[in-house]
Amino acid sequence: MGVADIVIKFVLIVIIFAISLVIAMYSTYAERKIAAFFQDRVGPNRAGPWGILQPLADGGKMFLKEEIIPTNASPFLFIAGPSLAILTACIGSAVIPWGQQITIGKYVIPLQVTDINVGILYIFGVVSLGVYGVMIGGWASNNKYSLLGAIRAASQNISYEISMGLSIIALLMVTGTLSLKEIAEQQHGWHWNVLYQPVGFLLFIICAFAETNRTPFDLPECETELVGGYHTEYSSMKLGFYLFAEYINMFISSAVMATLYWGGYNYPGMDWVLAHTGPAIGPLIGTAVMFAKVFLFIFFFMWVRWTIPRFRYDQLMDLGWKILIPLAIANIIVTGLWITFIK
Amino acid sequence: MESLTNKRKLIESKPLNFLERAYLPAIAQGLAITMKHFFRKPVTISYPEEKREYSENFRGMHSLKRDENGKERCTACGLCALSCPAEAITMIAAERQKGEEHLYREEKYAAVYEINMLRCIFCGLCEEACPKEAIYLDGPHVPSDYLRKDFIYGKDKLVEAPLNQ
Repeated sequence: MGVADIVIKFVLIVIIFAISLVIAMYSTYAERKIAAFFQDRVGPNRAGPWGILQPLADGGKMFLKEEIIPTNASPFLFIAGPSLAILTACIGSAVIPWGQQITIGKYVIPLQVTDINVGILYIFGVVSLGVYGVMIGGWASNNKYSLLGAIRAASQNISYEISMGLSIIALLMVTGTLSLKEIAEQQHGWHWNVLYQPVGFLLFIICAFAETNRTPFDLPECETELVGGYHTEYSSMKLGFYLFAEYINMFISSAVMATLYWGGYNYPGMDWVLAHTGPAIGPLIGTAVMFAKVFLFIFFFMWVRWTIPRFRYDQLMDLGWKILIPLAIANIIVTGLWITFIK
Repeated sequence: MESLTNKRKLIESKPLNFLERAYLPAIAQGLAITMKHFFRKPVTISYPEEKREYSENFRGMHSLKRDENGKERCTACGLCALSCPAEAITMIAAERQKGEEHLYREEKYAAVYEINMLRCIFCGLCEEACPKEAIYLDGPHVPSDYLRKDFIYGKDKLVEAPLNQ
């Protein structure tokens, strides 16, 4: 690995990091705007034209607020909680293939930070680490509401990770690889996995909602019962980190869904476009397609949030254990039969 | 037992079937409804820039009228203050001097005329009581302010602008 490779990787990491932060930042704005449109309102429109400076104003406010650590809280863990939440949210993007490799002269730039052969397992590891941020923060606050929120988050994430894993198994039976890059390449053109695994995708997206703690599964921060849930005692930028981590998670899980099921950077007619635009520009169009898919998923996350009320806790557990897991197992069996007898 | 009216309905409560327990059809319905609202025109009126029109019989801030020659109509008879159920109006009458005929229509006029806008209930009884058609509640609503004393409006705020010469 030469110096040029290291520089390319470094630049790529910085770009992806910056993009995911900016997207998370503007997701907060998009969320408020979209919420407003769904409710026949206008939304934030005072800071800058159409309110596009609103996220900066919110961020500035978060930074300037008073930093409070409760007397009986455990100070180290209290700070470790939100740090862990945002850290795990950010490192998920390392294995996602954002596009085909770009060739400029003798340089070949892969649009993926690292192609490890257990990419999906890595994503799963990172996602399950995410619950520790919530758990630690909720426990360290020394507040019953925070603790209840944290316990809910933990039990919810564990329950839904099972069906998420099972839905992925069916996908792996079709693709035969754990590497996200290879999975993306297999879906060349329009051979998107969602066409072969519609039930699997449905299970995955439901579990993704639960894993990112989005409505209808936002019980960990259910205001009507738990004040603020696990971040009740948090203020200032530590609270900001928790909220921010949620949006980064949303972005990453949208990217994962786009890569695993909706073809990633592939689109119908991509060979023709690649042949006509050359190896330097062509892959960037694929990347744009990838981001369009990601934005559609983010929009869908928000659309669902402003449509569906929150589940009751027993409904949540019923759905997870009695509906999703049997469905996922049935999906595996049907996929196995399909691969054995038809394919 | 026979019901008194025919409005009684028997409600069957069936256990939910699998599709209903999986929530998905109902969720799809809900998503369709919210999507309809997404493209609907917002009902918001962005207040300082846009203003909602007042209704025709809206009673807002008072104004003390002038007659066709630009003379103040008010003769400080005090009927408005008497009729006011909130006791919001006070005035001090004065006699018109020589040379002030172009300012006041009658020989007596209100030297001080104050309405406490925090007391006023905008009932319009002063308007009805006035024999000289001097007071009308035809302005916009009273704007907010910081101090209570600033809500006592004197003649400087109440009297109509003079006619253009």
